[in-house]
Amino acid sequence: KSSVQTIGEEQIQNPYTELLVLKGHQDIVRFLVQIDDCRFASAGDDGIIFLWNAQTGEKLFELHGHTHKITAIAPFSSSDASEEKNNLILTASADRTVIVWDCTSGRQVQKVSCFHSTVKCLTVLQRLDVWLSGGSDLCVWNRKLDLLCKTSHLTDAGISALVELPKNCVAAAVGKELIIFRLIPSNDESEGWSVLEVKRLVDHQDNILSLVSVNDLTFVTGSHMGELIVWDALDWTKQASECNFWDSSVHPDVQPEIKLSQSPNETSVQHLTSDEECVFAAVGKGIYVYNLQMKRVIACQRTAHDSSVLHIEKLPNRQLISCSEDGSVRIWELREKQQLPAEPVPTGFFNMWGFGRANKQANQAAKKMQENPPVYFLELVGDLIGHSSAVQMFLYFGELGLATCSADHLIILWKDGERESRLRSLTLFQKLAQNGDLQPKF
Amino acid sequence: MISAPDVVAFTREEELEDELCSEPPLPEEYSVPLFPFASHGANPWAKVASSKFTRDFILISEFSEQVGPQPLLTIPDDAKVSGTFDLNYFSLRIMSVDYQASFVGHPPGSAYPKLNFVEDSKVVLGDSKEGAFAYVHHLTLYDLEARGFVRPFCMAYISADEHKIMQQFQELSAEFSKASECLKTGNRKAFANELEKKLKDLDYTRTVLHNETEIQKKANDKGYYTTQAIEKANELASVEKSIIEHQDLLKQIRSYPYRKLKGSDFHPYEPECVLDQANAGCDQDLATSDLAEPGETHLYAHVPSYTPKLIKAKSAKCFDKKLKTLEELCDIYFFSQTLDQLHQIERTFRGDVCYLLTDQISRALLKQQSVTNFLFEDVSFLDEKTSEKRHRGCQGFSQDAVDRKGSEESPAPKVVISLGSYKSSVECVPIKMEQEIEDSQEPKMTESVTFEHQENLDYLDADIKGSISSGESIEVLGTEKSASGLTKSESQASLPVSPSPQAGRSKVGSRRTVSEDSIEVLSTCPSESLIPEDFKASYPSAINEEPYVDDEEGGLRFTPKLNPDNADEQEDISKQENLVQVDSACCIGKESPSFLEPLPDLGQKPCDEDGVVRIPPQPYRQVEPGLRGSFGGFPSHDGISGGLLPYELDSRYLAGSREVSKNSLDECSDSTSYISSAASTCSDRTPSPAHPACQAAERHKKKAGQNALRFIRQYPFAHPAIYSLLSGRTLIVLGEEEAIVKKLVTALSIFVPNCGVYTKPVKHWVTFPLHVVDFQKWKLIGLQRMVSPGGVNVLHALSRYSRYVSILDADSKTLRCPLYKGTLVSRLADHRTQIKRGSTYYMHVQSILTQLCAKAFLFTFCHHLHLPISEREPEESVVNRRMNFLKLQLGLANEDVKIVQYLAELLKLQYIQEPGQGVNPLLRFDYVPSFLYKI
Repeated sequence: KSSVQTIGEEQIQNPYTELLVLKGHQDIVRFLVQIDDCRFASAGDDGIIFLWNAQTGEKLFELHGHTHKITAIAPFSSSDASEEKNNLILTASADRTVIVWDCTSGRQVQKVSCFHSTVKCLTVLQRLDVWLSGGSDLCVWNRKLDLLCKTSHLTDAGISALVELPKNCVAAAVGKELIIFRLIPSNDESEGWSVLEVKRLVDHQDNILSLVSVNDLTFVTGSHMGELIVWDALDWTKQASECNFWDSSVHPDVQPEIKLSQSPNETSVQHLTSDEECVFAAVGKGIYVYNLQMKRVIACQRTAHDSSVLHIEKLPNRQLISCSEDGSVRIWELREKQQLPAEPVPTGFFNMWGFGRANKQANQAAKKMQENPPVYFLELVGDLIGHSSAVQMFLYFGELGLATCSADHLIILWKDGERESRLRSLTLFQKLAQNGDLQPKF
Repeated sequence: MISAPDVVAFTREEELEDELCSEPPLPEEYSVPLFPFASHGANPWAKVASSKFTRDFILISEFSEQVGPQPLLTIPDDAKVSGTFDLNYFSLRIMSVDYQASFVGHPPGSAYPKLNFVEDSKVVLGDSKEGAFAYVHHLTLYDLEARGFVRPFCMAYISADEHKIMQQFQELSAEFSKASECLKTGNRKAFANELEKKLKDLDYTRTVLHNETEIQKKANDKGYYTTQAIEKANELASVEKSIIEHQDLLKQIRSYPYRKLKGSDFHPYEPECVLDQANAGCDQDLATSDLAEPGETHLYAHVPSYTPKLIKAKSAKCFDKKLKTLEELCDIYFFSQTLDQLHQIERTFRGDVCYLLTDQISRALLKQQSVTNFLFEDVSFLDEKTSEKRHRGCQGFSQDAVDRKGSEESPAPKVVISLGSYKSSVECVPIKMEQEIEDSQEPKMTESVTFEHQENLDYLDADIKGSISSGESIEVLGTEKSASGLTKSESQASLPVSPSPQAGRSKVGSRRTVSEDSIEVLSTCPSESLIPEDFKASYPSAINEEPYVDDEEGGLRFTPKLNPDNADEQEDISKQENLVQVDSACCIGKESPSFLEPLPDLGQKPCDEDGVVRIPPQPYRQVEPGLRGSFGGFPSHDGISGGLLPYELDSRYLAGSREVSKNSLDECSDSTSYISSAASTCSDRTPSPAHPACQAAERHKKKAGQNALRFIRQYPFAHPAIYSLLSGRTLIVLGEEEAIVKKLVTALSIFVPNCGVYTKPVKHWVTFPLHVVDFQKWKLIGLQRMVSPGGVNVLHALSRYSRYVSILDADSKTLRCPLYKGTLVSRLADHRTQIKRGSTYYMHVQSILTQLCAKAFLFTFCHHLHLPISEREPEESVVNRRMNFLKLQLGLANEDVKIVQYLAELLKLQYIQEPGQGVNPLLRFDYVPSFLYKI
């Protein structure tokens, strides 16, 4: 009945065979942010920030300070390697404050409460050792929490996203507009910056929801209407745009009812992520892979989830993880299709497979490829079901596993059972050795 | 449980003799010993008839100064219990063996009457005529009106099974000591109360007398005293004296030397709290106050309302006054406490001794498996420090030993008795020094001591047989100190004679004319402080210094149960006692008095010689703590043979058995077994776990076993369901009716491995939609199926999380769970099993699960199965090795591997868990397809 791909209970490639439920939050958990190799912070609508150990699931600190829900969180680690690692995190809340926390001691370092509106985004410019807060205006702060400069009041809606660009520039998404600011050092010797609006880009038809920097030369924006625009990071020109992911007419194999039920919500670009070659977009319920070189969507899964995809991330191993409002997390693998009819096929290849069969497949594929031939496809490798409500975000910790946070107030740590088992054995034998139980006794 | 005795029971004496004559004699070790009572009747159970009561009971008697020994009450308080058994007669018997011999009254050289805080004495006696065997616990209560202020009482556990009394001596002694302590505490309280009243009376009397004299003085103007006046003055003086005496008594009773048991659990009847309260009530600690409250209020409620009476100069004749009853002698709170305890004791020890032994042994073994026992056992009751409790009863002695100063001065003459005649006492001293070293291992040792002790007692049984067959009605059962002989030869070492009383008796035989009696005192361990001089030598030292047989030689070691605070004195004392012991040990043989058969040198009797389940009292080898220790006693073989293993391995044992035959164990070796089985036919058979706390648990087990049995018979898909539980996959029992669901959950709960020590991951009844957290917490859940909209949510959640759970639908009788193709569960839950009873099935399950635990343990703690041998070894080869081990070494097939892996994971988690910090519950799962099973 549902067009969503399912995988069933046998998931050989799914490494996550152990889970740990981390309880603590009393409301929706919206943000997870990595502090270092084994720690992460979580924050949400209850205004509490928790620090967790990603390996053991141990709750390290519970940070109280905000009275309203958290609206943004950013790690702020010290830039110079000389001093001891001093991990800070910045949190902004609907109570119009920003608090700096020390992650090693779990203490509040400083609190700024001179905002006129809620800070909706925080960005740290590591290079300049300043951080920016975006609300109805853009403020620039230094490490000591001195306000260096601020813009004039931009809009009531406020800045929804900020991204750092080369040459001391930042791009801020303000409603439908994308504004480029540049930080200019003050003339006097004191470390001071002034901020200058450089350009306003008004190419989007709808509110910009996601903004991500791909590399030094490119950044990408996505809007509520499903427009995806690739920008040049240096001269802020539009390199490419894609605005009809959702248009099922392009894809003949999509059932008509999907088309009918389409609403702007289902086409909004909820989240973007990228690697060097591709941009991965969470659009409505689907996932799209946009190749920057080819300037087209190379693979897609139009109904990857039962409801909107909220967050996606690319893993190093060609895998992609997505989480959705339907409470599930899915693991995808970007796979190359075997036959590419457009390319000349070496004869040896056909000999190997038997010409007739290959030909048949090729024909089939060719028929499909004619309109919009995707070179790749996304295969569902596994799904993680644990949350009972929308999974807001997740954090990939590599070997340590995966942390997911959800509207059901829980954080779940998903772990590789094999690895954990091995680690436990290791600990066990270490402990045995410690206790001196390994020596034979007579 | 009956095996060999069947054979033995029906062998006729003549037949056997004939055989022996006509055929070349069998090697003695193979000869079947004669049934010793064959002449009394062919039926070995016939003896039972001679016991006139149907089940064990506890008798409390008093040696009344007015009417002599009299029974006071029995527990259970039921006329049927004692039947035709002559309680009066038996009271006389048990009261006549009181070695407590307390000195109360005016000791020479003391101006005031002295109260002695007398230790209880513990005696075992048997009366073959009555068919009764008893553990007798003598105690003294204080009564201001009694002669010498004391009233001798005794509590006796009476059973038809001498075996039980002997083997459970330690336990009985410990339990009765507790009860006695409670009673005595209450008594001291009441006594102090009484003294206070008396003092008030005296005070009042004094004032009255004083006034009278004053009046007389005034009235008298003649200048000389009238006889009346002199009389009054004398009276006054005697009242004054009496006041001083009573004050002194009050001081004494209040300064009762309390046992400060270091680190002991709180006991409601802990003497100190009560007396503290009696004193001032100031430094009572919080924990004790609430429990002692009733007593306290009692005390204070009565005191103010007391109106002093005038005391007549001439007290009533002692036979005119009515002596206080036991209830009156004791504070009511403590009295009811004591009765509760005695009831508890009765409940605990009723039934056949084999239950008790099996229970004790399995508990001891389980306690050893510190690493794995949490998986399927209820560790909470293992935690109860049985051992600690056990020596608490005995601790009094060591404590008392410290207190007693006088005796320390006088051991020398006693030693003389044996010096020279036998082994030098010097030999034993170094060995006994070991107690210092072994101190650290004390908790574990305790257990072994018990076993050793039982073993020793066991041999004693054989001794008795000798005396039984001699036709005498006197039976010497044994002594606590039985194995105190310290000799080099193995036979001697294992010879568990009861030397102490004999030695004593030889000296005081005339005083106690026991030999003419049909009852004999078998063992004693009386209070050292009050032993008559000539007795002291032979007295066993503190019970807790029970000797046990040394592993290497036949020597003896001491289990130290020192209190850390008085270790020094203890050492002295034990040294001194060593001498005493040696000396008593040395009396073996030499002294064997006329009324005793020369003790046959039995050595150790193999367990199977007298068929009845006699595995228990085995020399329990103490293994090192830690890894080896934790699994040392684990029978790793299939079946019951595991239990016998230690015997087979014990070379001493074999030697012992050879010894047995050489020393002509002859015709009587079966008597014990026959008695015990005989006893079992008449006594209440209810298995009685030694622990009150787990009696309910026992019932639960029985029920669960029964339900489980029904489940495996009823549901053809029981195997995959049980597999789910064993492999850690949550099983949900879904049903509309709570009763049915709960029943199923109870049935299945016996297969659920525990995740930690304190959590049993079973939830019997849930009505809300489940969440992933619940699967983490519970491994077996009973879930309500509802038709309401809420029910839809419940089902929706189930289908959502279906990968984590197996679902047993109790209504439609279906099961949805992964496939199981292993072999393990089929042994665990064979639907064609012949097992009929729930408790039996429960035990069957437990034995297989224990085996499984052993496998999991091996798997978990084999280093190379989890970690590479060398740095460069690839992970795959480790994995291969692991799988090979599981499949080939442990013989696990298919899914059985997962069970062991899951258990291993639990073991690891438990082991690496940092103390004080709870295990983070984690959920492990597999991505495996499920199948739907239908009936």
